[in-house]
Amino acid sequence: MSDLPQDVSSEGFKQGVARALADAELQRALLNVKRGFIVKRAAARAKLPEFDQLRDEARAIKDHTLAHLDLYLEAYERKVIESGGQVHFAPSAADARDIVLGLCQDAGARLVTKGKSMVSEEIGLDAHLEAAGIEVAETDLGDHILQIRGDRPSHIIAPVIHLNKEEIAEDFARAHGELPRGRPLDTVQALVTEARAVLRQKFLKADVGITGANLLIAETGSSVIVTNEGNGDLTETLPRMHIVVASIEKMVPTLEDACTILRLLARSGTGQEITTYTTFATGPARDGDPDGPRQYHVVLLDNGRSELLGGDFRDMLRCIRCGACLNHCPVYGTIGGHAYGSVYPGPMGAVLTPALVGIGRARDLPNASSFCGRCEEVCPMAIPLPALMRKWRERDFAQGGPPLGQRLALKLWAFAAKRPRLYHALTGALVPLAARLAGGKGRFRSLPFAHAWTETRDLPAPEGKTFHALYRHKPRSGTP
Amino acid sequence: MKASGQARATVLSRIRAALRLTGKQDGAREAAVEDRLNRHPRGTIPARALAGQEALLELLQTMLASQGAEVTLAATPEDALRAIAGGLRAHDIPPILRVGTDPVLEALPWETRPSLERRFGPAEPEDRAALSRAQMAAAETGTLFLVSGADNPTTLNFLPETHIVLICAGDVAGSYEEAFDRLRAIYGESTLPRTVNLISGPSRTADIEQTIVRGAHGPKRLHVVILG
Repeated sequence: MSDLPQDVSSEGFKQGVARALADAELQRALLNVKRGFIVKRAAARAKLPEFDQLRDEARAIKDHTLAHLDLYLEAYERKVIESGGQVHFAPSAADARDIVLGLCQDAGARLVTKGKSMVSEEIGLDAHLEAAGIEVAETDLGDHILQIRGDRPSHIIAPVIHLNKEEIAEDFARAHGELPRGRPLDTVQALVTEARAVLRQKFLKADVGITGANLLIAETGSSVIVTNEGNGDLTETLPRMHIVVASIEKMVPTLEDACTILRLLARSGTGQEITTYTTFATGPARDGDPDGPRQYHVVLLDNGRSELLGGDFRDMLRCIRCGACLNHCPVYGTIGGHAYGSVYPGPMGAVLTPALVGIGRARDLPNASSFCGRCEEVCPMAIPLPALMRKWRERDFAQGGPPLGQRLALKLWAFAAKRPRLYHALTGALVPLAARLAGGKGRFRSLPFAHAWTETRDLPAPEGKTFHALYRHKPRSGTP
Repeated sequence: MKASGQARATVLSRIRAALRLTGKQDGAREAAVEDRLNRHPRGTIPARALAGQEALLELLQTMLASQGAEVTLAATPEDALRAIAGGLRAHDIPPILRVGTDPVLEALPWETRPSLERRFGPAEPEDRAALSRAQMAAAETGTLFLVSGADNPTTLNFLPETHIVLICAGDVAGSYEEAFDRLRAIYGESTLPRTVNLISGPSRTADIEQTIVRGAHGPKRLHVVILG
């Protein structure tokens, strides 16, 4: 198990869902996400005839890598050291936090800039550094907005999808205090221009830059980041130390393997053919380089990944965090990311979060699915998400997770279903009764024990005979 | 140091336990890994990346333009310099360029444009325009490869508002894999310089209300000049 600063809980989930459904602004924003990303991904796939073939190859690359992960990690480490960098293994989130803090303190860091990194959120890195008196500046525009709001991301690639520009303007007016009051912040352009200027100062003053990694490449000892803004690049180029925090399953063997996966990543997540910037970092600045960091450190995080490797959920380790499953999920598309209460929301979060915090706390996530299967269909790494969610539900049931009422109802139904004669006797009596209770109208407009359902829709009522009864008395004419 | 050695051993042994290794397959496993690393086999290359050179140049331009870059064709080095100077003038940018020691850029006929000033070295915060050379490109998505070093310092790609990139037509490959092979030919196998930037347009963000805005943190303008 991992230690994770998450507030995943059943109570939290139910409250989060209720809040999300009642939030008209959020509903409007989610509709835009759905339309935008879904349409764009389909268009991108249509423009690349080799898409499905590449998907098969990407899956094979990851499966091969995972089956040899120990060896690829060792090869990777050798290459990083050869290029002048250092590798630090972190078995747990706490280990990773301490390693990064130690490196920052060794560097005498007072200000750290950060590129977008889900893993750094997973381990609660920012709070740990700030508690030690180090200022942390998130540089991805969405993350910067979240930071000044004290808010959490609601989507892994579009983190402030839940906010409109008026709210963001208020945040900027409040947080960028050194700028003149009453300045115009009424357009998206004005907000971006201001953020650029404010964060430029951070980029230039930072002592240490921390990024995540979309990929680690064993062949060359490289880390790869993809951005559209260029913030990751300014983060990893300007300060004197560059720290990469990446979980171990980000590994791929070669540059060619990276190419295959990169062809799928942006197309699946945002529908772009490629992100504006795809950057390969290898070691620190070399002798004669006029810019670049003098030190390069990679923190390799386990935090539950090795456990996943050995169990039923290994396929989840193929995830490249593209966001396609979130974009296509009808549940995510209705409640947004905050309701999940986890760094990782949506279908991929429904599988990964229980692995990190335990199914007991996270049971609502894999249960919040109708198994429509869209996530698996669009996943570029062919991860069988519904099947994995079902496995979690089985584990949850075996541990007595579902509420007593649910378990009892299922047990009663199972008791009858395993005894056909009892089952037929019961349905033979109940079906005509239910039909009569519906008053011959064919539907129930309200039911005392199904209030949540019948509040907004009618429940169809039986017509009066069971299927077996109807079939027994069916006229034997020539109709097959 | 002892603690870090232990951490390393812990993670690796957890992985080996998870993979249920018995030691019997060790030789085969190591051979498989070494083979893949040495041969680095290619996967499927998109058909669009396998076209002839003219089609690839066409594709590079189309992709870059659709991704927000300005693209100019220059038949000669004089034309290239004219396009560069013209681009600055058109956007009211003073004729000052931050540049590295790239020999191809050095060989442009600067003496024909004495008003164009070059400042050498890494980018400074006040620089408004920088000129780099892309040593290779992958036409498949309009992607330029810029490599760190004194020839083309990385900060030139990100600090100034305007980034001008020169690429020689002969250096335009079709696929990423082809571009990386050219990189290997220059810099060696199984190694890369500090930074390789694959750049496919000017900086942008859509974080706020899914509205696309240029110049989020990197350059607002990317001007690509294809020479030859």
